[in-house]
Amino acid sequence: MADGNSFVTPVAGDGIVPGGATRSLRHESAAMHVQGSANYIDDLPEPRGTLHLVPGLSTRAHARILSMDLSAVRQAEGVVGVYTAADIPGDNQISPVGKGDEPLLASDLVSFYGQPLFVVAATTRGAARRAARLAQVEYEDLPAILDVAQARAAGSPMVWRPMEMKRGDALAGLAHAPRRLSGRITVGGQEHFYLEGQIALATPGEEGEMTVISSTQHPTETQHMIAHVLDRPANLITTEVRRMGGGFGGKETQANACACLAALVADRTGRAAKMRLDRDDDMTMTGKRHDFVIDYDVGFTDEGRILAVDMLLAARCGWSADLSGPVIDRALFHADNAYFYPDVRLRSEPLRTNTQSNTAYRGFGGPQGVVAAERVIEEVAFATGLDPLEVRLRNVYGTHDRNVTPYNMVVEDSISAELVPELARRCHYAARRAATRAFNAASPYLRRGIALTPVKFGISFTATHYNQAGALVHVYTDGSVQVNHGGTEMGQGLHTKMVQVAMREFGLGTDQVRITATTTGKVPNTSATAASSGADLNGMAVLDAVRRIKRRLVEFAAAHWNVGEDEVRFAPDGVHVGSKVIAFSHLTRQAYFARVSMSANGFYKTPKISWNGDTGQGRPFYYFAYGAACSEVVIDLLTGETRIERVDILHDAGQSLNPALDIGQIEGGFVQGAGWLTCEELVWDRNGRLRTHAPSTYKIPACSDRPRIFNVELLENTPNREHTIFRSKAVGEPPFVHGVSVFMAISDALASLDNYRTCPGLDAPATPEMILRTAERMRHGSVPA
Amino acid sequence: MTTFRLNGRDVTVDVPDDTPLLWVIRDEVGLTGTKFGCGIGMCGACTIHIGGRATRSCVTPVSAAEGADITTIEGVDPEGNHPVQQAWRDIQVPQCGYCQSGQIMQAISLLKDYPSPTDEEIDAVMAGSLCRCMTYIRIREAIKKAAANARGDSSNG
Repeated sequence: MADGNSFVTPVAGDGIVPGGATRSLRHESAAMHVQGSANYIDDLPEPRGTLHLVPGLSTRAHARILSMDLSAVRQAEGVVGVYTAADIPGDNQISPVGKGDEPLLASDLVSFYGQPLFVVAATTRGAARRAARLAQVEYEDLPAILDVAQARAAGSPMVWRPMEMKRGDALAGLAHAPRRLSGRITVGGQEHFYLEGQIALATPGEEGEMTVISSTQHPTETQHMIAHVLDRPANLITTEVRRMGGGFGGKETQANACACLAALVADRTGRAAKMRLDRDDDMTMTGKRHDFVIDYDVGFTDEGRILAVDMLLAARCGWSADLSGPVIDRALFHADNAYFYPDVRLRSEPLRTNTQSNTAYRGFGGPQGVVAAERVIEEVAFATGLDPLEVRLRNVYGTHDRNVTPYNMVVEDSISAELVPELARRCHYAARRAATRAFNAASPYLRRGIALTPVKFGISFTATHYNQAGALVHVYTDGSVQVNHGGTEMGQGLHTKMVQVAMREFGLGTDQVRITATTTGKVPNTSATAASSGADLNGMAVLDAVRRIKRRLVEFAAAHWNVGEDEVRFAPDGVHVGSKVIAFSHLTRQAYFARVSMSANGFYKTPKISWNGDTGQGRPFYYFAYGAACSEVVIDLLTGETRIERVDILHDAGQSLNPALDIGQIEGGFVQGAGWLTCEELVWDRNGRLRTHAPSTYKIPACSDRPRIFNVELLENTPNREHTIFRSKAVGEPPFVHGVSVFMAISDALASLDNYRTCPGLDAPATPEMILRTAERMRHGSVPA
Repeated sequence: MTTFRLNGRDVTVDVPDDTPLLWVIRDEVGLTGTKFGCGIGMCGACTIHIGGRATRSCVTPVSAAEGADITTIEGVDPEGNHPVQQAWRDIQVPQCGYCQSGQIMQAISLLKDYPSPTDEEIDAVMAGSLCRCMTYIRIREAIKKAAANARGDSSNG
């Protein structure tokens, strides 16, 4: 569309307006992003007298609160008020799943180090911050359970019902398998580190109205939480968000606390109130990706065919349920990755611990399951002496047989058997693998490794009722269009894609279609923008709204100009009415005078899906997104450092809604996934205090960590076989899983230490320390004393 | 009282000497293109130019800005058409966009020191500017494109 845009696809004469859906179009905010004029919540003008809020956090992991003396806080300069659980007019409760296990402010019991106890409101942020430190809290310590091992030892309760998925008889399958082995892998968590931290600005209105601008991925849930906390009906509460400075799942539920606290203070004082967390407070308070301990037992043949798998996936869930139930379930849903397990049993242990309440993070447990699946493949490969890629190909899902998942869903759309060899061919996997072996034989300290891993990612919320969306489209008399929908923009380009849907349908350019902030006042009862579902769900809702308006316009035009309805068509050069072409704005003006409604809401619910978590039956996913990645790394055995030399990705976005945006999602998702498994490490001390609470101690990938060579391609000519929006596929989360190829490549490099005889048993994250420890273990394990 | 030049205009503010320049620019002057990310100079979202050098404004006290010539993202080009901004749009770098004004300020400074930067030079200078959307691939590409455009512009006279 725009000048100099290197991603523009030439118009193929198919009548799609330049930049319309399935064509590349730059992000709707790109021009503002590069000038600093795209407003995030902290950039908005503050209402007169806005109060600034800072939370007071617990300094114990598990303790009874004996007393809380806040007098010094109240007396501090600039402080207008200090609020505790006792000041909450409604429910002191923000469990997003109705478990009632997550008080907004702790009153008698502290469940993790960093739990909010009170909130200070002051005239400046600095005054609030200084005052919050003055609280005198007396605790009686209780035993703190910090990780999976401690939780198991203490018999800690589960935060959610454990799930068991099974098909066939895994134990019998294991017993009868010609070969069998078992092992354990630990997989670390991940801090979201959205660059824009948690923030909310609440402004009180008339008669209990409250408008909260919140950096939330789930405006409807935030609205409901505020309503419950303030004891108001939902119709008094409006939440709104134009854009977030990153979300990644970290603002699906974790935005609620700030929004509720801001609303509480605004309600109590009658003044606008803003809470923008300091980075350290943000990282200390909010939940992260779940870390797992996974035990596996696999039976297989000498030819590397998997016969039976038994897995137990235990997760550190933190102090409350939050979304841990569905997250851990999704780990099970992906513990097969792209592979058929003839006899299988998968079990989960969602364990409660005295740590931050772990939550959604891009992939939602799926990536952890995939790591386990790939470890099983690796184990079988080392045991049989086969190339892991060969083992993968021998076990990928078929389309007519070997196509039933552990949750009894038939995989109808598997393309792994074609896609994986295709990537291997394009990236010269075999020759490069041989080259790594030759290199390693002659290199004492630098070792190369290569791995090619597939992904099959289930698309839909497993909570079936979440798979619905709404949109509201207005066409004004001048022919300009305003699009609103229930999804939120966090950088993924959802708003751009929604604009593109309207552009394509009306034949209009970008300057004629405007997206507006997401607000519960325009589209109610929405789902979280999560599970990669934003474009799938909201795109269809926008399409529905647009087509409703189009139908009315066509009906009007046909009658007005006396042509058949099939002779009215919306095209890039205007509206074709019979033999003439009129401007869209001419049509809309005439339609207005003829009293035609040009506003419509649209609605969509995903067809075909159903899931019963209690019976483990149904079709939880509408379809699967596929892809494969090949990574080559070099590790330094003296320092433990890893360098990613080259990455090749072939990814299935169906008929992409916007190739430039989708490739960006793949690039970013991959690097984020690689970061999770390599440099990103969360460390808690023995008191349960998170010590990695700032970028000084928690290392996310930097510019220097991206791959030296990085080739990303969208799989060509693969429209979604399901009837999704223009046959596209969801692209938010699946590419994150491609980072697993880096982890497996590091393992391959380490395996050179004993000439590829044993599985290195690498745990994640593969930090330099972890790589050195693993190398040490391999040397001593393989070298006779 | 501290007086400095900001985007070509004289600014005088009356705030405590240790106030971070970031908050002076955002809250006192009202230019919000410069972002808060971490507050400890480790993420780069708050990067501005002082005397043409990329500087982390969140750890720079306002007193250090006395008499300085400061440029923020709002001041690099009146139309938003600095070669780096153009390249950023063309390559479609931003996703969420939050870190991008800091990235751009760092990149402009990089190109002053290295008009034709290598990958290693880009890595060395840009490594302190974090992007959680992980747009690094395109940041590198955009820096190279901006460098090429700038060279093209100067050779064309």
